[in-house]
Amino acid sequence: MNEQGIGASVRRKEDQRFLIGKGNYTDDINVAGQTHAVFVRSPHAHAEIKGIDTSAAMAASGVVAVLTGEDLAADGIGPLICGVTVTSDDGEPHRAPAHPALAQGKVNYVGDHVAVVIAESKSEARDAAELVDVDYSVLPAVTGTRSAADPGQQQIHEVAPGNVCFNWPFGDKDGVEAAFAAAHKVSKLDLVNNRMVTNPMEPRAALGEYNTGTDEITLHVTTQNPHVHRLVLSAFNQLAPEHKLRVVGPDVGGGFGAKIFVYAEELVVGWACRKVNRPVKWNADRTEAFLADAHGRDHVSTAEMAMDGNGKFLAMRVHTKANLGAYLSTFGTMVPSYLYAFLLAGQYATPLIYSEVKAVFTNTAPVDASRGAGRPEATYLVERLVDICASDMGLDPAEIRRRNFIPVDAFPYQTPVVQCYDSGDYPAALDKAMELADYDGFESRAAEARARGKLRGIGFSSYVEACGIAPSAAVGQLGAGVGLWESAQVRFNPTGNVQVFTGTHSHGQGHETTFAQLVNDQLGVPIENIEVIHGDTAKTQFGMGTYGSRSLAVGGVAISRACDKLVAKGKKIAAHALEAAEGDIEFADGSFSVAGTDKAMSIGEVAFNAYVPHSYPEGVEPGFDENAFFDPTNFSFPAGTHICEIEVDPETGVVEIVKYSAVDDFGRLINPMIVEGQVHGGIAHGVGQALLEGCSYDSEGQLITASYMDYAMPRADNLPSFDVDYAPTNPPDNPLGVKGCGEAGAIGAPPAVINAISNALGVKHIDMPATPENVWRAAQQATAASA
Amino acid sequence: MVTVNITVNGKPVSGEVESRTLLVQFLRDNLRLTGTHVGCDTSQCGACVVHVDGKSIKSCTLLAVQADGAEVTTIEGVANGSELHPMQQAFMDNHGLQCGFCTPGMVMTALDIVNRNGNNLDEATVRKELEGNICRCTGYHNIVKSVQAGAKNMGGS
Repeated sequence: MNEQGIGASVRRKEDQRFLIGKGNYTDDINVAGQTHAVFVRSPHAHAEIKGIDTSAAMAASGVVAVLTGEDLAADGIGPLICGVTVTSDDGEPHRAPAHPALAQGKVNYVGDHVAVVIAESKSEARDAAELVDVDYSVLPAVTGTRSAADPGQQQIHEVAPGNVCFNWPFGDKDGVEAAFAAAHKVSKLDLVNNRMVTNPMEPRAALGEYNTGTDEITLHVTTQNPHVHRLVLSAFNQLAPEHKLRVVGPDVGGGFGAKIFVYAEELVVGWACRKVNRPVKWNADRTEAFLADAHGRDHVSTAEMAMDGNGKFLAMRVHTKANLGAYLSTFGTMVPSYLYAFLLAGQYATPLIYSEVKAVFTNTAPVDASRGAGRPEATYLVERLVDICASDMGLDPAEIRRRNFIPVDAFPYQTPVVQCYDSGDYPAALDKAMELADYDGFESRAAEARARGKLRGIGFSSYVEACGIAPSAAVGQLGAGVGLWESAQVRFNPTGNVQVFTGTHSHGQGHETTFAQLVNDQLGVPIENIEVIHGDTAKTQFGMGTYGSRSLAVGGVAISRACDKLVAKGKKIAAHALEAAEGDIEFADGSFSVAGTDKAMSIGEVAFNAYVPHSYPEGVEPGFDENAFFDPTNFSFPAGTHICEIEVDPETGVVEIVKYSAVDDFGRLINPMIVEGQVHGGIAHGVGQALLEGCSYDSEGQLITASYMDYAMPRADNLPSFDVDYAPTNPPDNPLGVKGCGEAGAIGAPPAVINAISNALGVKHIDMPATPENVWRAAQQATAASA
Repeated sequence: MVTVNITVNGKPVSGEVESRTLLVQFLRDNLRLTGTHVGCDTSQCGACVVHVDGKSIKSCTLLAVQADGAEVTTIEGVANGSELHPMQQAFMDNHGLQCGFCTPGMVMTALDIVNRNGNNLDEATVRKELEGNICRCTGYHNIVKSVQAGAKNMGGS
C-alpha cells in the first residue's frame, strides 16, 4: 500500500494550525472599523408586537444603528425559505408561513428575532439591546408535539389551520391493513424521539463587510455550505446578486447539520453592513445557540409490526407526529418525510410498509437536520420495535434480526419505501459484532453483576442509512429546490504542486487530508505538495457543501474524475515529449512512461510542459487544470450492527456503558484513523441522545434547557472507549467504492443503548433520555410489577 | 477603564479594559490571541482554558483585572515555534482533534492534568479530569488516548 494513499492512516494536515492556536474561525477574524451586532430576542413564545421604541437604545453610548423588521421590509429583503416541498394529503404543498429575519408584527418562539442593535463594541451593543422597548401582547403558546394539532389549540399561523404543516401518508395502506388482519402476531410500541440541540462547540457567528468601491458584500459565516448560503441569500433574500456576494466559511468548529441552514442573524448581518456602511460582526453566546439554532428530532410515534408464526415480518405501520417548530428552517420539511419514511425498511425484508407523518407547528425553535437527520428517528423506531417483536415471539434479539435481514444475494434490493440498496451483508456485521461484544459470555457477566447488586443489559442495533446525498433527479422529483451533485477542480501549478478545490466544506471531517490522499493515490504527488481548498465562494467553483455524509461519496468522486482528466491529458503531452504514440503511454505512481521502454517523465514535468508549451502536441490546450462535476446515480447505504452493554445501579438509576462494540460497513476506507474518529464521535452523539440530552420547553414555551448547566452534553466520564471494527461490502453504485461514515454512530447508537437498558430492567420500553431519574422510576415500576 | 499588566506567554503586556472585561476577552480582543475560544457562557465547556500562574483556569471565569500581575500561558505559548510540545504532538498522533475548536482548552487542561497527576495516567483518571471540557466531535476516545500518550512522552523528554 502507498503510505500516503488510499487506506493509510495518515496524520491530518489540518492539525498543526488547530494545535498551536492558529485556527481561523469566524469570530477570530477582525477587520478595521468593525461594529458589533446584538439581537433583541423575544422573551415570549407567542405574542403580537404592538410597538417597538428604539429611541433610548439609539441614544445609548456607542450605538450606530437599531434596526427592526420594518427596515428590513423597506429594503426589500426577503423572508427565510424552506427549500423542499412536501405534498400534503389534500394535494396541496406543505403550509409555509412567512419567516421574516426580523419579526414583523408577531413573534412565535422564545429567541425569535425582534431587532438588532449595532454598536462600536459588543458590550455597548449588549447594553443598548436592553433599552429597546418592545410592547408585546402575549398569546397562549403551543409547545407539545403530541397535542399541537388537537382541536382547540391556539392557532399560530393563519396559513396553517390546526397548526398542521403537512399530513403525509406514504405506502400501501390497504396492503398493510390486510397483512395486519391476517397476521399471527402484532407487536406495537409508542415512543418519543427526544428533541435535541445539536451543539457544535463553536457557536454560530457572522462578519459582514461591504465594499462601496465594488458594491460587493463579503460574508464570513459559520456554514457547512458557503455556495448554498450565497445562492439562497441572493436568489431568495435579495441580499445582493450572486456575483456581488462572497460567502466564506473559514475554519468551522463543528456543524452536525446545525450550520447547513441560512439563519436570520446571517442575513441581517449581511444586510446591515451595507446599510450602516461599516463591517458588522455577530457571534452567538451559548444561550442564543440553544434558543435559536435549529433543533433536531422531536417525534412522537406509534409503530406496529405484523408477523407470521416464525417471527417473519409481514408488514409495518407507523404513525408519527413531527414538531417543526415555529417556522420552517431551510430543510425542515425534508427531515421527517423523505429522510425518515424512506428508511423505515431498515435492514429487513419487510414487504409492506405504510407510514403517516403529521408535521406540526409549535411555539418553539425551528427543527431541522441534526447529525443523521430523519434516519436516527427511523432507526430508533425500527430497532426498538424489532426488540419488542423478539420479546413478543420469545426469540433472541439477534435471531429475529437474522430471520428478517435482507439476504446477501438479494442486492440490489428494492425496498417498499423508494430506496434501492445497492450492497450490504447484514449477517456478516451482526456476526462480527456479536464476536466483538462476546455475546456468548453475556449471561455470565450478567450473573456476576447481579451478585454485586447491579443489573446488566445488552442491546442490539442493526441500522442502515441512506447518505451520499444524493442523485439530483431523485431529490428533484421529491420536491427539493436544488441539485445535489458535487464539484471539484484539480489544478497543477507550473512547479508541480497541486491545489484541489472542492465544493464540499470541512468542519472537523479532515477533508484536507483525505482528499489529498485520494489525489496522491491517483496522481502520485506527495500529500505535502497538495493543498485542499474549500469554503470560499470566491476561490472555489459552485458546490453543494457538506452534510448527509456526502463529501467523499459524492465530492470525492468529483475529485477522482478531475484526476482522470489530468491523466488523460497528460498522456497526450507525454506522448509528444517522449516521441511515442499516445496509446503506448502508461501512467503509474506519478510517472508517464512508454510501455516496454525506460522512457518516462513525471507528472510534474508534464505539468511544466503544459504551462511552458514550447514543444507541445497540436490541438491540445495549454495548462494542467481540470474540473469535474459528479451526480451520483444512487444514495449510498452504510450499515452495521452496534451492540451496547450497560450496567444499571437500581439504587440510583445511573447507567454505565461497560462495553460498546460497533461493526460498520462503509465500503472502502480512505483514512481508517479518520473514519474511526467519525465513528467514535457519532456514537457519543447517539449515547448523548439516549442517556443525557433532552431539550425541554415548559407549557408557556420557555426553554428550560438553555445552557450547559441544564442541558447535559456527553462528557468524557459519561463514556467508555469504543470497540470498532468493519465488515465492508463493495457498493457498485459508487465509483470509489465508498459509502460515508459521519452520521452512522449517531444513527446506530440510541436504539442499542435503550435496548440494553430495557433488557437490564426487564421492561418493555423506556423513553430517551434515560436519565438516572427515569431509569430509577422504571426500575421501581418493574420491581413493583414483578412483586 | 482600568489598566492591567499581565505577562502573557512570557511577554509583559498592558492594556486598558473595562472593569467587567473577562480575561478571555482581553486575550482575544485586546491581544488578538484567538487560539483561546469561547464555547459557552456558564464556565462549562472548557474551550477557554489557559494557565494562570501555572494552574489551569477557565479564562471566562476570571476578570482581566483579577489577572493583573499574573503570568498567563495560552495555547499560543505552548509550542516552540512550529515544533509541537509533546502533548500537542500526542493529539496529532492519536487523532485527538477533529474540528479543533475545543482543542486548545483540551491541551491546556491536559498539561495541567499531567502537572498534578504525573506521567502515568490511567483511563479513568483522565476521563474524570476531563469532565470540565466538552468535545462534540471525538467522543473523547482519542482525546483520552492523546492525554495518556502525551503525559508519557512528557516524562520521557
